[in-house]
Amino acid sequence: MSAVLKKGRKRPAAPARVPDLAARLGPPPAAPMKNPGLSRARLLELHAFMRLNRMLEDKLSALYRQGKIVGGLYSSLGQESISVGTAYALLPDDLLAPMIRNIGSLLVRGVPPLTLFLQFLARHDAPTGGKDGTLHFDDLERSIIGPISVLGTLIPVMTGASLAARMRGETRVALTYIGDGGTSTGDFHEGLNLAAVLNLPLILIVENNGYAYSTPTPSQYAVESLAAKGPAYGVASESVDGTDVLAVYDATRRAAERGRRGEGPTLLECRAFRRRGHAEHDDMRYVPRDLIAAWEKRDPLDRFEAFLVEEGHATRASLRAVAEGFEPVLEDAAQKALASPFPPPEEALRDVYYEAT
Amino acid sequence: MALTTYVEAIRQGIWEEMERDKRVFILGEDVGVYGGAFKVTEGMLAKFGEDRVIDTPISESAIVGAAIGAALLGMRPIAEMQFIDFISCAFDQITNFAAKNRYRWGAGVPMVIRGPSGGGVHGGPYHSQNPEMYFVHTPGLKVVAPATAYDAKGLIKAAIRDEDPVIYLEHKYLYRRIKEELPKEDYVVPIGVAAVRREGRDLAILTYGAMLYQALEAAEVLAKEEGVETEVVDLRSLLPLDKDAILNAAKKTGKVLVVHEDTRTGGIAGEIAAIINEEVFEYLDGPVLRVTAPDTPVPYSPPLEEFFLPNKEKILKAARQLAAY
Amino acid sequence: MRHGTAAASGGKGRGRPRAVPRPEVPARPAGRLDDEDMPAPDDALLLKMLHSMKLTRALEYRIERKLYRQGKIVGGVYVGRGQEAISVGAAVHIRRGEGEDRDDIVSPSHRDMAVFLMQGVPPERILAQYMGRKTGLTRGRDGNMHMGDLRHRLVAFISHLGDSIPVAAGCALTFVMRGTDQVSFCFFGEGATSRGDWHEGLNFAAVRRLPVVFICNNNQYAYSTHVSRQMRVERVSDRAAGYGIPGETADGNDLLAVYDRVGRAVRRARRGEGPSLLEFVTFRMTGHSAHDDAGYVPKSEFEEWGRKDPIERLQSALLRRGLVDKPSLAGMEARIEADLDEAVAWAERQPYPEPEECLDGVYHEGGPGAGDGPQGESTAWR
Repeated sequence: MSAVLKKGRKRPAAPARVPDLAARLGPPPAAPMKNPGLSRARLLELHAFMRLNRMLEDKLSALYRQGKIVGGLYSSLGQESISVGTAYALLPDDLLAPMIRNIGSLLVRGVPPLTLFLQFLARHDAPTGGKDGTLHFDDLERSIIGPISVLGTLIPVMTGASLAARMRGETRVALTYIGDGGTSTGDFHEGLNLAAVLNLPLILIVENNGYAYSTPTPSQYAVESLAAKGPAYGVASESVDGTDVLAVYDATRRAAERGRRGEGPTLLECRAFRRRGHAEHDDMRYVPRDLIAAWEKRDPLDRFEAFLVEEGHATRASLRAVAEGFEPVLEDAAQKALASPFPPPEEALRDVYYEAT
Repeated sequence: MALTTYVEAIRQGIWEEMERDKRVFILGEDVGVYGGAFKVTEGMLAKFGEDRVIDTPISESAIVGAAIGAALLGMRPIAEMQFIDFISCAFDQITNFAAKNRYRWGAGVPMVIRGPSGGGVHGGPYHSQNPEMYFVHTPGLKVVAPATAYDAKGLIKAAIRDEDPVIYLEHKYLYRRIKEELPKEDYVVPIGVAAVRREGRDLAILTYGAMLYQALEAAEVLAKEEGVETEVVDLRSLLPLDKDAILNAAKKTGKVLVVHEDTRTGGIAGEIAAIINEEVFEYLDGPVLRVTAPDTPVPYSPPLEEFFLPNKEKILKAARQLAAY
Repeated sequence: MRHGTAAASGGKGRGRPRAVPRPEVPARPAGRLDDEDMPAPDDALLLKMLHSMKLTRALEYRIERKLYRQGKIVGGVYVGRGQEAISVGAAVHIRRGEGEDRDDIVSPSHRDMAVFLMQGVPPERILAQYMGRKTGLTRGRDGNMHMGDLRHRLVAFISHLGDSIPVAAGCALTFVMRGTDQVSFCFFGEGATSRGDWHEGLNFAAVRRLPVVFICNNNQYAYSTHVSRQMRVERVSDRAAGYGIPGETADGNDLLAVYDRVGRAVRRARRGEGPSLLEFVTFRMTGHSAHDDAGYVPKSEFEEWGRKDPIERLQSALLRRGLVDKPSLAGMEARIEADLDEAVAWAERQPYPEPEECLDGVYHEGGPGAGDGPQGESTAWR
């Protein structure tokens, strides 16, 4: 068996080691934020959710460093505008399925911080009773379906949920998220294709944050913008600056309207950057430092706060007061969760199957 | 002499095979630049280049499928599943393409699919699974699960050199907890051969993976406190099973306890009990018992997971029950 | 192309696909297939391709309309009637007979009988395969088109359509690793493009710029599912831009169009420019399989497409040019039929496998590292 690596003509290699990665993954030029017609009260509410999102994750991070978190912790630093802006554009009974970096969407839906602390601390009073962690829980009363770790699986699931809603004559749209890496999965394809051919009101938020663990997007796929996938499925698509919460909100609102009009799915790419590691344990040494720095300048909270102040909707002091107001709320929730009991061991056997009560 | 951890042993095994045989290459998520989520492939990109250490998109089915295609053309791919829980995404390619190829049209698929399995790390349902039986149930595949650093290295080499598709299950709990001194020379641990880790005449425990250590601790307690001498057999290979080792243990002791971290129904303990029953029933002095996880997904919260996982105490309970027969 | 027919319209209107707005973000141009002139096939090649189409048609006719109905076939029958131009126009570009460092590799699908014949598998072996005999390509292990032979550079597909796409990409990956200009050909239907494996395989080939030519036989029906229920895009080739590769659609019943497009895609791949997605629109002129009467297809569609028969078209063109005449065609047909008579007779004489053979060949026999030698009937790529 001889013929393995011939010294023959080398063909041009695919760009595995991505040249000028920093340039390719850097932030697009920033356009000024524009109010898509929200009242001051609603703008401030949007801000509050983002601030709460940021602070809650900071709290989780602190707990992680104290060794209190069970399992992994995944940050959405710099991407809160996506979680919050998208969820905020939905009606309360629209179907929502968050992914691992979408805590903000749950907060918009009214999931209390305590619930999230209980989940991450593996307590009995968490929605899963400690059976699963992070956001892997459903809250059907809030029209929330939770993810599993296998990426892409939510898309066919939400397609089906959306189908059921239509069968029941409801006008609910369905929204879920996928990362840049998740678009490579077979389930992404099958789910989106099915939603397209059935013309369902599915809004697929493609959260392009530049990296799937250590894999930068040029090693993940060969298109420039994931919005190019829209026409490839026959669905509407757009790409927006994910650090602009108002742009995200507006695009999602339009997608929801499109869905409610019976015009089918929308693929909405929101570009941002994963400013922390894949998870807390990951030091992201494979990310060029100047790239992180460039995106820090596009922090969605900083941008939005600057906008609010410039437009006269808030002052620096009033915005600070929002944060100060959340501090005791989060501390309280964290303490409650820490004091909350772990599940009794035999709980492990419950609810494998339906149990008649 | 330096001690080598279990994870380092796997890494060395792959490294040496990559040096020895240019056909060997790796593909998977984060295996190159990142060196793998558990650092099994650390340093390999720099050493072997991006042609042989391929960072793939998130596409388990394509990872395995591409490995099949490359294997058909004479390469020896190692496909990594970042957590073995994600092997289910490639189920079709493994069971219907790779496993059946040789049988159907004589074209072998010499490839390895490897990844970290097992619980005890607060991983929850999707980072703690033991999926071996989906594949033990598929003729055409081989399935191995080393428990020692020595075996981790020897079995990864055997798997890479094997002409058929091998599922290589690393136990993530053992990665950095197990160390031993390894020989400098090249060696291979044959697939299909179990290893006796402790000798005894009164009772036999058959096990594999991380449970080996729980079984050994239980055996120590039984010897010290009850004078019961336990033979502990590390199966190492689940498909093919070392039938001789199983039957010998049954004949020698007459009392067999099978321990596995995998869930009960459809776990390999049932298969082993059936084999013993069919072939050496007359030698038995008691039923073949099993200590396994219950039939549930792997739960996340520590008390639930502790309840779920077999451990020394649960093994002792069953062993005492059996010893008393 | 795939506009609503009575079968496809679904009646109610709600849920029927409509035109979708183009993306608001300019996509990077996916790249043209090829800018150079592609030489047309010479006369010898034209005759060869005509012959291949006619042989394929005749062989499949024998299998589907004669032997199957006589109960002589084991299991199902899937033919590519009416779609021969795709298999032939593409397969003629497969480099073969030049050794393992030069030969291309091909992953055909169930409607690509012609690919097998053109790669050198004799009709009698195919017939023995359909009859479950020991001397069929799989020695009775698998039936009908589930066959392969690495000596003929054919990768056997499995029933799970779409699974072959990542495998074909893996073959191409190997060519890149070895630094050759070999190409991996991959055939599939429009239905298979809905599978996750199809997506993962295409994306993988695209991001690593692998030398794969993806050939979609869009015969408009996946069993009873019309393509308008399979996907929302107008064309399968519309999917290409979503992977950042070139895509083109052409008339699958025009052999010269197939020849041209595939030739260009192959050249692209050999130059190291990566994969292409080619869609050839045709029509499935039979049921999904021999047992399916395709009652769900409007008769008018059969009639319409029957008038565009690929063999008729090529034949007429060659007749007009004087490359063939009626007597030479009749002679060709007679020879084909005579050869098939012999082939059928041979196949019918072939023994079935011994029952205990069921247990053979699950694993490699000979121990680890014993060599890559053949096992039984060798199909190794050596």
